[in-house]
Amino acid sequence: MNPALSIRNLTKIYGNGFQALKGIDLDVAEGDFFALLGPNGAGKSTTIGILSTLVNKSGGTVQVFGNDLDRDPAALKRCLGVVPQEFNFNQFEKAFDILVTQAGYYGIPARIAKARAEQYLNQLGLWDKRDVPSRMLSGGMKRRLMIARALIHQPRLLILDEPTAGVDIELRRSMWSFLTDLNRQGITIILTTHYLEEAEQLCRNIGIIDHGQIVKNTSMRELLKQLHVETFLLDLKESQLVPPELGAYPARLVDHHTLEVQVEKSQGVTELFRLLALQGIEVLSLRNKTNRLEELFVSLVENNLAKEAK
Amino acid sequence: MNAELRANLVALNTIVYREIRRFMRIWPQTLLPPAITMVLYFVIFGRLIGQRIGEMDGFTYMEYIVPGLIMMSVITNAYSNVVSSFFGTKFHRSIEELLVSPVSPHVILTGFALGGIARGLAVAIIVTLLSMFFTQLQVHHIGVTVIVMVLTATIFAFGGFINAVYARNFDDISIVPTFILTPLTYLGGVFYSIHLLPDVWQTVSLANPILHMVNAFRYGILGVSDISIGTAIGFMAIAAVLLYLFCIRLLKSGRGMRQ
Repeated sequence: MNPALSIRNLTKIYGNGFQALKGIDLDVAEGDFFALLGPNGAGKSTTIGILSTLVNKSGGTVQVFGNDLDRDPAALKRCLGVVPQEFNFNQFEKAFDILVTQAGYYGIPARIAKARAEQYLNQLGLWDKRDVPSRMLSGGMKRRLMIARALIHQPRLLILDEPTAGVDIELRRSMWSFLTDLNRQGITIILTTHYLEEAEQLCRNIGIIDHGQIVKNTSMRELLKQLHVETFLLDLKESQLVPPELGAYPARLVDHHTLEVQVEKSQGVTELFRLLALQGIEVLSLRNKTNRLEELFVSLVENNLAKEAK
Repeated sequence: MNAELRANLVALNTIVYREIRRFMRIWPQTLLPPAITMVLYFVIFGRLIGQRIGEMDGFTYMEYIVPGLIMMSVITNAYSNVVSSFFGTKFHRSIEELLVSPVSPHVILTGFALGGIARGLAVAIIVTLLSMFFTQLQVHHIGVTVIVMVLTATIFAFGGFINAVYARNFDDISIVPTFILTPLTYLGGVFYSIHLLPDVWQTVSLANPILHMVNAFRYGILGVSDISIGTAIGFMAIAAVLLYLFCIRLLKSGRGMRQ
């Protein structure tokens, strides 16, 4: 079976000589929910731009479900739906017309296009806004409209470039739920995001790109296993003036009611709670100081930066 | 009909429908101004000044300038429709909707050009109807009239497309109409016969392509022309094909559209 996406030795050198991609290889299996992460300027958007044919590649090959970008770009495009980072629809067109027009570009007759537009606008909570010019929609509505537009031709691979940027948490969660449902229906999804908890929650596999190179390509589970130390914040019931003695657990007081503790994977938290109980310290709640994936991401990017500097 | 051809026809229909809907929606900016401008030309040049000029090539001055003014409307509207619409899609980045879809460059170009041709012909019909309040028009050769009008609209629709591809800002889309199209149109025999010019300027005028278009159209309406009709139509057909090929090359290269 062909993978949903297969990239080999993909390079991009812009006109000013900047090498945005330095020969990346990437495979995404059919049905996957894949996170493509990287700091700003790492090459994520260039990669997506090449896949969607908005950026001309300098070298390498790209295949989507076995359709080669150079040999049969039309077949590749039919399999692919793209939700870009920036709003890129005609601001004067109505939401409904934007979808029907986009369907027309894919050769979908108006009758079917109108039915699908109604379906996706309903699913994304935009049906009431169908006759509103797109410039009058809120930022969150515009993002949802772009998702509906990317789905109108029922692609097998959906690429979302920071789809929840600037979206409030309630809406973000409803979009997560919508995307999870799409993935369950068999649509392969590639997601780029700066919200790492979003990637951790949604994606099964992950690629980290930095300075135009893939520095990690593995499953989310495997990646998180590489996290050796986690930092927890404990909310304490009673005020503490000095940090408690916790043996092998480095700890410091953030304030009189919050204790920060570093826990190695091999240690676990059972012993920590035993030590706290021995000293009569009651813990109300426990949370990660930062997202686990975020800690790994920062360390991988910093390691790569150090390598680049050498 | 195979699936790919059917898909391309749906896509073409979508682009043409969108283009026509665009200029119809903003008719006070697209259809009304040329109507007002042409009425002013008819009143001032045709009626007030024309009565003092007398006949030209055996026709009243009003009859003589009507074909040229219709052609002037076709040229400016076919051009400006495509240049503003295509540049607008670049400016709003909605061109990306087209580029990510499997629409072929031939369909994109034909769709935008047909939009420009439709506006050019719509304005031509409006101007022709208005001219009937001022003079009686009898078409001498309907075939030549239609062929010349459609070819002219096509050529300037492609011209507008090329301008839009190269344009980087809104100033760039007004430079060609202001500094090239308008002077060539006014010097293209809309208001006079080149036989009124000194010999040397008659020869220079023959290098102006708009002169051939205006005269070929005038032949279709009035049956008089300063130039050979066969040569003019041949020149227009070749120009349309060459411009089409150049536009397709621009689209395939992604110039001004892809990074």
